[in-house]
Amino acid sequence: MTKVRKKIYKRRISRSFGGDMVMVLVLTVFGLFMAMPFVYAIMQSLKPMEEIFAFPPRFFVMHPTLENYYMLTQAIGGTWVPVGRYALNSIIVLIISTAGHIIIAAMGAFPLAKMRFKGNRAISNFITYSLLFTAPVTAFPQYIIMAKCGMINTYYALILPSLAAPIGIFLLKNFMVQIPDSLLEAARIDGATNFQMLWKIAVPNVRPAILTLLIFTTQSVWNGANTGFIYSEQLKTLPTMLNQLAASGMARAGVAAAVAVVVMLVPIAIFIVSQSRIIETMAYSGIKE
Amino acid sequence: MHYRRGKGIETMHQAAYKYALSKGKRRDTRDAYLMLLPFLLLFSFFIVLPILSSIFLGFTYFDMIQMPQFLGVKNYVRMFLDDDVFLKALSNTVVFAVITGPIGYMSCFIFAWLINELPPRVRSVLTFIFYVPTISGSIYIMWTYIFSGDSYGLINGVLRNLGLINKPIQFLTDPKYVLSVIMLVQIWMSLGTAFLSFIAGLQNVDKQLYEAGAIDGIRNRWQELFYITLPSMGPQLQFGAVMQIGASFSVSQIAIALAGFPSTDNAATTIVTHIMDVGNLRYEMGYASAISVFLFAIMLFTNFLLRNILRAVTKDD
Repeated sequence: MTKVRKKIYKRRISRSFGGDMVMVLVLTVFGLFMAMPFVYAIMQSLKPMEEIFAFPPRFFVMHPTLENYYMLTQAIGGTWVPVGRYALNSIIVLIISTAGHIIIAAMGAFPLAKMRFKGNRAISNFITYSLLFTAPVTAFPQYIIMAKCGMINTYYALILPSLAAPIGIFLLKNFMVQIPDSLLEAARIDGATNFQMLWKIAVPNVRPAILTLLIFTTQSVWNGANTGFIYSEQLKTLPTMLNQLAASGMARAGVAAAVAVVVMLVPIAIFIVSQSRIIETMAYSGIKE
Repeated sequence: MHYRRGKGIETMHQAAYKYALSKGKRRDTRDAYLMLLPFLLLFSFFIVLPILSSIFLGFTYFDMIQMPQFLGVKNYVRMFLDDDVFLKALSNTVVFAVITGPIGYMSCFIFAWLINELPPRVRSVLTFIFYVPTISGSIYIMWTYIFSGDSYGLINGVLRNLGLINKPIQFLTDPKYVLSVIMLVQIWMSLGTAFLSFIAGLQNVDKQLYEAGAIDGIRNRWQELFYITLPSMGPQLQFGAVMQIGASFSVSQIAIALAGFPSTDNAATTIVTHIMDVGNLRYEMGYASAISVFLFAIMLFTNFLLRNILRAVTKDD
């Protein structure tokens, strides 16, 4: 650790004090702008009824209360399907989709980044282009195809489309390209198979990208990527249910803000864990030959 | 196999080597396809097939009930000659993408780069603050309360308290303001995928390069940026570019949440909201598909341009 510290200080020598001050100022100003709606959502969720409807509205809460959260728990307690079922659905879908997406993407990204074979270029291009095709239009054929296979309103519909998403393979491929060939050649001379090179060299070397992908995937799954294929209440996920509650009226502003805050808790937790891991990995300093 | 006398042994060695090599090559090819197989199966089924069917439907009339009828390029002609809303949507989308795309992309890089200069603990807090708009799929709804023209509107409240206005400004319905408001929110939300991948990419740069650079006489952070950081981030910049193009040409959710659907005088109609209108509300799936193919072509072209610019900046292959 001390060695790392020293390194950082050594790097800082080339920094001017003025430059540092400008940087801190810029980051503070923009940071406030970025955080404002998030903070406002928290403020709204803590406001008692009369403050929500106060005119003119205030940004800050004067008399914070947990009233809205209490009302939310009341509403959750009264749902037809027990809340545990929604939570279980969310956990199952979140874990399988995320783990599956990352494993499949890592496996596919390695040959695209580091192996020569026929069709490599074509497949890579197709993946890139598919990211540019508008989702609302493909949603319809996608629905038809899944309906033909009897997948609508099953767990498959919630999970499989996330596994097929091209973003993971595109991200990991672009990171794996940077792994020095010499590293792989050395492994090959030591008798490593292609699969060993994938799991023992390529994947550990792109850890920051894998952790970043973890954030993207959990977030899109949690925020309801495939919920359009589900209509029975027993298969819905927790955020879907909460958003339904928020949309259903009853003292909207306050409870809706409470829902927005509660729904964000899981992605925020995952974000914090993976980001701190990314910064830890950085301690052994980037990709090296 | 034929070899000449006298050189026989050598050639046999060579032949054996070549054989081993080709066997290794064949094994590589087999392994490559094996590794790609799970992805390719799912990808073809859930992504490629729907895209190809949309492209096909773009040449038909299809109301989702009867079989599609072949129309040739009529849908594409209709876009330009017989659909004023589409032309409005096209111009909105282009204005949008031209402004928010580059600003969003550059701020992704600049903020990732600035944040990366900070000590680890501050860095994680700031990364969180800048990424927070993207974390929840719906937190941008708060902007409607901020800009709203009714009694909930925060900005109008502040302006009124300061005595600057005596009746609220209709930020979300007045065509004069609505596009700029959506752009602001779009830029606010653009520090998402590309931003995080830049943060991760900056961790991946070999730190020894900076030390070597310092020895070679790199004096300030600008030189470091242009001689070391940017050239080592080619792949991440390419990734960010594709994601940014996708985001800035397909603005829809934010526009609908802020300006309503449809928006006043179509001031906030974008190509994607028009696609939703035509396809999901009017059931003209063929025409909606044609519009999306056209949008796809625009994005491909932009991607092609950007790719070449980035290659020049990063000196990548």
